[in-house]
Amino acid sequence: MAENPSELHLPGPIMSRREALQVTAGAVTLAALPPETVAATSSSPAVVKNDMTLTMTVNGRIHTLTVDPRQSVLDVLRETLDLTGTKKGCNQGACGACTVLVDGKRIVSCLTLAAMHGGAQIETIEGLEKDGVLHPLQEAFVEHEGLQCGFCTPGQIMSGLGCIAEGHAGSPQEIQFWMSGNICRCGAYPGIVAAVADAAGRT
Amino acid sequence: MSASLIGRPLARVDGRAKVTGTARYAADFNQPGQLYAVIVSATVGLGRVMDVAAAEVERMPGIAAVITHRNAPKLPYLPHRAVIDPAVGERLHVLQEDNVRFYGQPVAIVVADTLDHAERAATALRVTYETRQPLVDPADRRAEKIVPEAATRARALADRSRGDADGAVAQAPVRIDETYDIARENHNPMEPHATIAAWNGDRLTLWSKSQYLVNEQAEIAAVFGLPAENVEVICPFIGGAFGTSLRTWPHVTLAALAARHVARPVKLVLTRKQMFFTTGHRPRTRQRVALGATPEGRLTGVIHEGMGETSRYEQFMEALTNVTDYLYSCPNVRTQYRLAQLDTSTPNHMRGPGDASGIFALESAMDELSYKLGIDPIELRRRNEPQIDEAENKPFSSRSLMQCYELGSERFGWARRTPKPRSMRDGRLLIGMGAATATYPAFHAPASARVRLLADGLAEVEAAASDMGPGTYTSMTQVAAEFLGLPPEQVRFRLGRSAYPQTPSHGGSWTMASVGSAIRAACLEAQAQAARRAVADTRSPLFEASVGNLEWSAGHLRRRGEASTGLSYQDIVARTGAPVEAEGSAQRDPEVAERYSMHSFGAVFAEVAIDPDVGTIRVRHIVGAYGIGRVVNPLLARSQCTGGMIGGIGMALMERTVLDLRDGRPVNAHMADYLMPVNLDIPKLEALFVDEVDPHVNPLGVKGLGEIALVGTAPAIANAVFHATGKRVRSLPIHIEDVLTA
Ligand code: FES
Ligand code: FES
Repeated sequence: MAENPSELHLPGPIMSRREALQVTAGAVTLAALPPETVAATSSSPAVVKNDMTLTMTVNGRIHTLTVDPRQSVLDVLRETLDLTGTKKGCNQGACGACTVLVDGKRIVSCLTLAAMHGGAQIETIEGLEKDGVLHPLQEAFVEHEGLQCGFCTPGQIMSGLGCIAEGHAGSPQEIQFWMSGNICRCGAYPGIVAAVADAAGRT
Repeated sequence: MSASLIGRPLARVDGRAKVTGTARYAADFNQPGQLYAVIVSATVGLGRVMDVAAAEVERMPGIAAVITHRNAPKLPYLPHRAVIDPAVGERLHVLQEDNVRFYGQPVAIVVADTLDHAERAATALRVTYETRQPLVDPADRRAEKIVPEAATRARALADRSRGDADGAVAQAPVRIDETYDIARENHNPMEPHATIAAWNGDRLTLWSKSQYLVNEQAEIAAVFGLPAENVEVICPFIGGAFGTSLRTWPHVTLAALAARHVARPVKLVLTRKQMFFTTGHRPRTRQRVALGATPEGRLTGVIHEGMGETSRYEQFMEALTNVTDYLYSCPNVRTQYRLAQLDTSTPNHMRGPGDASGIFALESAMDELSYKLGIDPIELRRRNEPQIDEAENKPFSSRSLMQCYELGSERFGWARRTPKPRSMRDGRLLIGMGAATATYPAFHAPASARVRLLADGLAEVEAAASDMGPGTYTSMTQVAAEFLGLPPEQVRFRLGRSAYPQTPSHGGSWTMASVGSAIRAACLEAQAQAARRAVADTRSPLFEASVGNLEWSAGHLRRRGEASTGLSYQDIVARTGAPVEAEGSAQRDPEVAERYSMHSFGAVFAEVAIDPDVGTIRVRHIVGAYGIGRVVNPLLARSQCTGGMIGGIGMALMERTVLDLRDGRPVNAHMADYLMPVNLDIPKLEALFVDEVDPHVNPLGVKGLGEIALVGTAPAIANAVFHATGKRVRSLPIHIEDVLTA
C-alpha cells in the first residue's frame, strides 16, 4: 500500500501495513519461521533483505520459493509465479477477489502472508480445469451467467468451492449468506447463486 | 440471411476464459524485466510540496527510482481534448509542478524491483507540505456556483425554458417544491486501474485498463509529444468500469514516465484507496424540483434546478436536468444547471451519468405529487404522457413507456398495492411499493470495423472496442454471424487494441448501436467483395454472373431464386488465394437525427420491507420493464439489467464517499467502508423487455441498455420507502436513521 506515513499517525519507526500485521500476529508468525529467518527479521528492515526460503504446492506443483516475509500469498502467486488468474481487487481483505484454497479452506490471499504457509497446499483457479474439462462449478458459472466482467469470477469460484465443501450450499439463502464475502460489482449475484446451487447439486 | 441469431440467448463466447483465469486484464500482462511503480499520494488537501526526502528511501532495498516534480522530465502535454474530457479546463499535469490541488494527488512515484519493495519505500517516503485550507463541501456558502460554459450534449445547456414555468407553478392549484441531495459515489469496479508500460525506442506499448483505447493512445501521444501511431494500447478484458476508465487518468502517464525513466517495463496498479482520489466519481448533487398541477393531475409547470460538484481545474458536466425536458407533457418547463468548483479531483461519468441523479429528483417529486393529488402514481404518469418530445418539437423515434408500465405492473403485482402509506404489512414488517420512470438517450457515434474472411472458413472481425462486462465479445459475434450468415462458432471477434479500426468510447450505452452498425457495414462490404471475386473467377460457377442477380443466404452465394448450394466464403477465398478483407463504418444519418428524438424508456418497480423498530430497509423485489428497441441477446441483456438494478440498490441505500471537510480526505476509501450490495442484499430481480421496433435509431434498431438499467431504480426504492413508512427521504443514500424518525 502506498499510504503516506503521515496519515497513518504511527509514532516511531514507520511500518508497512503488512509489517504491522506481522507484529500484531507476532507470536504465530515467528513461531512459524525457521530460526535463521527470525534472526534476520530482527535486524533493521530498511537496509537488510529478509528473504526466506519455503516450499509451497500450488495446483499440485511444488515450488521452492524465496519470499520476502512481508509478501502475501496473492503477490507470490501473481508476481512471483505469474499465476495471474487470482485477482487483487482491494488488497484490504474486503472483496474476496483473491480467494484461493489453502489446505482446502477458502482464504483471502491478500491478507495471508506466504511466510506463514510454508508447506501449504494451495489451489487456484488455474488448477480446476483437468485435461481440458472444466470443473462442474466452472461450467455452471458460464451456464447460469454467474459473471459479467469476469474479474471477481476466479474468487467467486474458489469461494463457491469452499462454500460447497463446508456444507453451506443447502439453499439459495444459505448460499447468499456464505458467498457474501465475495463482492461482484457488476451484480452477477443471481447467476452466482444459481451456479453454486447447481454445482452443489451435481457434486 | 438467417434471422435467428440476433435475439438468441447465446452463452458468452469468453465465458471459458473467464472461469479458467485465462482472461487477462491489464495487470496480468507481466513483462520480462518489469519493475513496479507505486504512487505516493498527497496527504493534504491544498498546498505545495516543500520537500521530498527521496534520498532516505533511495537506499532501501531494490529501489530503482524516486520520481517527483523535481526530477520528472517536463512533458510536452500537447493540447488534447476528447469528447469524454470536460469541454472547459485542463487535465491534471502530473509531477510537473509543486502545487497540490486536492487530497490524493500524486506527488511522487517509487519504482523498485518488486512490488513489496516499491510499496514499502512509497510508505516510508517523507513528504512535507505547505498547507492551505481546501474547500470541499458544495453546500458551503463560500463554494462558488458557476454557470457551466459549454454543453457536452445538445440538451445539456445550463438553462433551458419553454413557457412560463415559474408563473405556472406559482399559480397551480396543487404544488410540490422540494430539494433532493445525492452523495458522491465512486465507481469502484472490482478491477483497480492498472497500466503496464514498455518502451521500445520511442514506441510505447501500454497494457492498460481503458474504456476508450483510441483516446488513450491519442492522449498519451499528446502528453509525450509522440505521433499517435507510436503508442499502442492493449486491453482485451476490463474488470468492470462503469465509466471510471472512459478518461485517461494521471496514472497512465506516470507508468509511461516511470518506464522511460528506468528504461524497463513498469507495472503500476492503483491501490483501492487511490481509486477514490484521481479516477473520477459521480458528483454530489443538490436539486430543486417544483411541480404545479391541476386537481386532475395535469402538469402545468415544471422547474428543475440542479447543481453538481466539479474541480477547480475542469468543468465536469453531466445531463443532470435533461430528462425533465422531454419526459412529461407540460407547456411550462424551466431547467437550470450549475457547478460548484471545489478543491477536489474532477468527477467523471458514472453509470447513468446525470440522468440517474436527475431522475431521482424528478421521479421522487412526481411520486410526492401523486399522493398530494390522491392519484395512483402510474395513472399520474399516464395523464402526462406526451405525444411528442415537447422541448424539441419532434416525434420520438419510439417510446413505449406506457407499455413498460403495463408489462411491469402486471409482473410486479402493482394491483396488490393499497394506496395509503404505511398500510401494507407482512407480520411486523412495513411493506412499501414504489415505481419510477427510467430513460436514457439512444446515442450513436461514428465507428468502424474490419472483417477478414479466411481460407479455413473462419471470419475474423476486429474493432478497437471494449468489453467491460456487458458481453461485447458475444453480442458482436452474433451481429457478425447474422450478417455473414455464418454460425457464431465460425466468427472470431477481437477487440481491445488501439490498432484495430476506430470506435467511440465504451460507454453511454452506444457500443452496440455504434460498433454493431459498423460491423454490419463491414460484413456487407466483405460480401460485396467476395461476390465480385466469385464472378471474376473463371473457374467459378458464377463466373461472369451479374452481381445484381446474386444473393447471399446462410453464408452462400447463389443466383437469385436458384436452388444450388452456391459458393461459400471458403470456396471463394480458397479459389482466389488471399483472404477477403473489408472495412466498414457507420454513423447516424444526420437528417434522421434531426427529425427524431431518440431515447430508451423503462418502468421500474420496487418492493421494500422495513422493520418499524430498527429501521432496517430490505429490498424484496424489483421489476424493470424496458423499451430499448431490439434485444440482441436476451441472456446478456437481462444480466445487464439486473446488474444495473443492483447498482441502483447501492445508490439508493448504501453508496456514499464521505470527505473529511478539513482536508478533503475520503474517510471511507476502503472496500469495506464504502458500502455496496453484496450477495445477501440481492432480492428477486426481474428484467422484461417490451417488443419495440425502432426503424430510425440505427440499422440494427438497438437503443442501448447499460445506463437505463441503473436509472430509475433509486427513485423506485425511495418511493417504496415512502409508501412503507410515510416518511419521504429526499437524500441518497437512504439511511436507517432517515426512516426511524418517521
Ligand atoms: S483482494 Fe483480497 S479481499 Fe480484496
Ligand atoms: S463479474 Fe464483474 S465484478 Fe463480478
